[in-house]
Amino acid sequence: METDTQTAKDPQAGDFERSGDLLLQAQGITKRFGEILANNNVSIDLRAGEIHALLGENGAGKSTLVKILYGALEPNDGALLWRGKPVAITSPAEARKLGIGMVFQHFSLFEALTVAENIALALPGKLSIRELSERIRKVSTDYGLELDPGAIVADLPVGIRQRVEIVRCLLQEPDLIIMDEPTSVLTPQETDQLFITLQRLTKEGCAILYISHRLEEVKQICHHATIMRHGEVVSECDPSKETPATLASMMVGAEIKDVRKPSAGAPGDERLVIERLSAPADGPFGVALRDVDLTIHAGEVVAIAGIAANGQGELFDLISGERLSALPESVRIDGQPVGRKGVNERRRAGAAFVPEERLGHGAVPGLKLSENIVLTRHGVNDGLVRAGFVNRSRAAELEKKIKKNYDVRMSHDDPEARSLSGGNLQKFVVGRELDRNPGVIVINQPTWGVDAGAAATIRQELIDLARAGSAVLVISQDLDEIFEVADRIAVISRGELSDAEPAESMTRERIGLLMGGITDAHTAQGGGAATHAA
Amino acid sequence: MRLELEKRSEHSTFYSIASPFIAIGLTLIFGAILFAVIGKDPAEALYIYFVSPLTSTWSLHELAVKSAPLILIGAGLSLCFLSSNWNIGAEGQFVMGAVFGSMMPIVFPDVQNTFVLPLMIIMGMAGGAAYAFIPAFLKTRFGTNEILTSLMLVYVAQLFLDWLVRGPWRNPEGFNFPESRTFHEYAILPEVLESGRAHYGAVFAVLAVIGLAVLLSKTLKGFEIQVAGQAPRAGRFGGFSAAKMTFFAFLLSGALAGLAGISEVSGAVQQLRPVVSPGYGFTAIIVAFLGRLNPIGVLFAGILLGISYLGGEEAQIVLGLSDKITRVFQGMLLFFVLACDTLILYRIRFVSTRTPALAMGEN
Repeated sequence: METDTQTAKDPQAGDFERSGDLLLQAQGITKRFGEILANNNVSIDLRAGEIHALLGENGAGKSTLVKILYGALEPNDGALLWRGKPVAITSPAEARKLGIGMVFQHFSLFEALTVAENIALALPGKLSIRELSERIRKVSTDYGLELDPGAIVADLPVGIRQRVEIVRCLLQEPDLIIMDEPTSVLTPQETDQLFITLQRLTKEGCAILYISHRLEEVKQICHHATIMRHGEVVSECDPSKETPATLASMMVGAEIKDVRKPSAGAPGDERLVIERLSAPADGPFGVALRDVDLTIHAGEVVAIAGIAANGQGELFDLISGERLSALPESVRIDGQPVGRKGVNERRRAGAAFVPEERLGHGAVPGLKLSENIVLTRHGVNDGLVRAGFVNRSRAAELEKKIKKNYDVRMSHDDPEARSLSGGNLQKFVVGRELDRNPGVIVINQPTWGVDAGAAATIRQELIDLARAGSAVLVISQDLDEIFEVADRIAVISRGELSDAEPAESMTRERIGLLMGGITDAHTAQGGGAATHAA
Repeated sequence: MRLELEKRSEHSTFYSIASPFIAIGLTLIFGAILFAVIGKDPAEALYIYFVSPLTSTWSLHELAVKSAPLILIGAGLSLCFLSSNWNIGAEGQFVMGAVFGSMMPIVFPDVQNTFVLPLMIIMGMAGGAAYAFIPAFLKTRFGTNEILTSLMLVYVAQLFLDWLVRGPWRNPEGFNFPESRTFHEYAILPEVLESGRAHYGAVFAVLAVIGLAVLLSKTLKGFEIQVAGQAPRAGRFGGFSAAKMTFFAFLLSGALAGLAGISEVSGAVQQLRPVVSPGYGFTAIIVAFLGRLNPIGVLFAGILLGISYLGGEEAQIVLGLSDKITRVFQGMLLFFVLACDTLILYRIRFVSTRTPALAMGEN
């Protein structure tokens, strides 16, 4: 806590050259949720013309701090100063009045409305849709964020939806913009475009508070960084003078082990085969899958990259058997056609699945961990069920074993799933399946929202499992993760899957193009033209 | 100052047990206030209402007669509600159980042997289950809301019974009263003890409680019920079918309501009348929640609500209160039970509205 009030009062304190007027200062912010101290005496100062990164692992207290700055939460203690004067920001409306805008990680747009209508909902005062559309057009072209005000949001790709959020924020002419993980849904190209906009905004004197897990980006565009750990500010730095590795170790407070990937060797037998798998969209906003082909051999990790909501969830459901495909041969596990078989039969065939959503899909929040083991393993002859009766002592045994082998940390033995942190629960959910030593594992977003240490452990386990002879399919939006674990990489875009190519020959740029649906001679023809099926 | 609800990281074991008792306590307090406001001595009124029903052999038998259907239906409903299937129509399934079960002694009064009673019980359960099948089918096939369909079917069943006893099933020797013929001796559910009216319905209730308690806590089916209720997506991931669960829950709770219906008719009433239930099917919803959707809890909750029926009758006689007072008590009880359940996953905190330092900030 040595940095705060000093730096706030004196721009020259510390080792950093920081110019620009002080815009928003938070001093000694403390926020308690029950016994948990989410923010402990946190201070931060945001200056005009500066992109200020807020770094920290999940649960470090970043979102709490941001919510306090934006007026969505009230601190228990501490003060906020706007341009040097004490203020009380009691609601987001008040924050907007001061000139603070926010672009959320999860979109707050109505899919059935047009762009202009969505923006009209957020702006104070009454403006006709026509006048507003004119302003939207002007602001969006000014900043290189072209938008069609009349387009229905449901029809827009995710990258454009984010533009809507940003333009909505810009129309309020804010002096400070808070951005929560803005690039997590963007292709590399869209990300570059966003950075140009951000640089232009800072040149005009706007301050930006930038929250991201992508340390490369932070190093590239941020002028200053505040790093949080366990609810406290642990250090500040100039990210351009750091490396992603040093930033990461500041966040975690320890060195992170590198993931080792021994070479794959010659491809083994085909273990998971997906052949000409098609499925209609299962709702107005679902994605239809078209002729998906993919073969995974024993010993290899194949990753599917793609921007959110391009058919990853649908593909996962069809492979796991939560949804059945039209033909039995569309999905084969060790040569056995399982396309028309349910999830437990596929598990008995040797497959294991880890869905994206941990709470509510992979695990039941209100049930104990041992009971959550029964959830996915009652059908695979693990001795968990005898004559219709659940063997609870066997479940408890397995729970202890998984807890030990996969380093799942908990406050007391066998707690409810909801009480575990994201990283620990993910270690449990992954461990529950790895413990079966599956021949095929399909895992959707293996380290989504998981702290760096746990993420490295999980990735290492996936690679080790493959090298021991299993087939591993990873679906992920995180390119760093994909390059870390994958032997081959395929890209999903609007329900179509590109050919899986060796990871060494893949580049980020090429993945970006494939994500946008641009295909070339290497991939099956007919991509890019896919539209939403009703 | 204001109240803030703060989420607990896990269910509180203490409050899962204590919350029904807190609710009962609050109901007694507000009941006493209610009696005081209408000018009765609260202590005396509460004594008459809640204690006097337990003081004589006769009333204990009556308590068993009243509680048995509540427990039977409530136990089935608790399982149904646990799986997130909202069967509000147990009253209708109770009536249909009574109607189907009574078919033997009314339509075939000459068939008189020991097989009649078992057959009646089976037909009663089948009738209740068949009637519960309708909302389950509508829900799984067309996505209709089972709360509405099951509730509306209650009125259909009640009017059907009313029509039967005034029309085709009216007692030919009954001087045109709207009643069926009285059951012959082989169609009557016998009394358990010599000392009073309590019939085997009470035994069925206890057996149902034990059976469902085992089903819920020990079997894979019970596990499936919990998963289906708490996280349907996870249920699908576990390989459980939501549609099958809906049928299972409705058929089981319907069968138990039907069993309660035929037990009531063949044990307590011994004929069909235009109205065979004083609202057992609806009161059982309170029983299920007061018992925390746990069969053992339902056993005690059913007895408590049985007392409220008897106490209500007693209060009418001794204090001259309206029979609506029973409804008021049951309503208060349900209200407080649901309110106190909040404590299980949340804790209440008093917080000051604004810290002084921030409030001063404006100048």
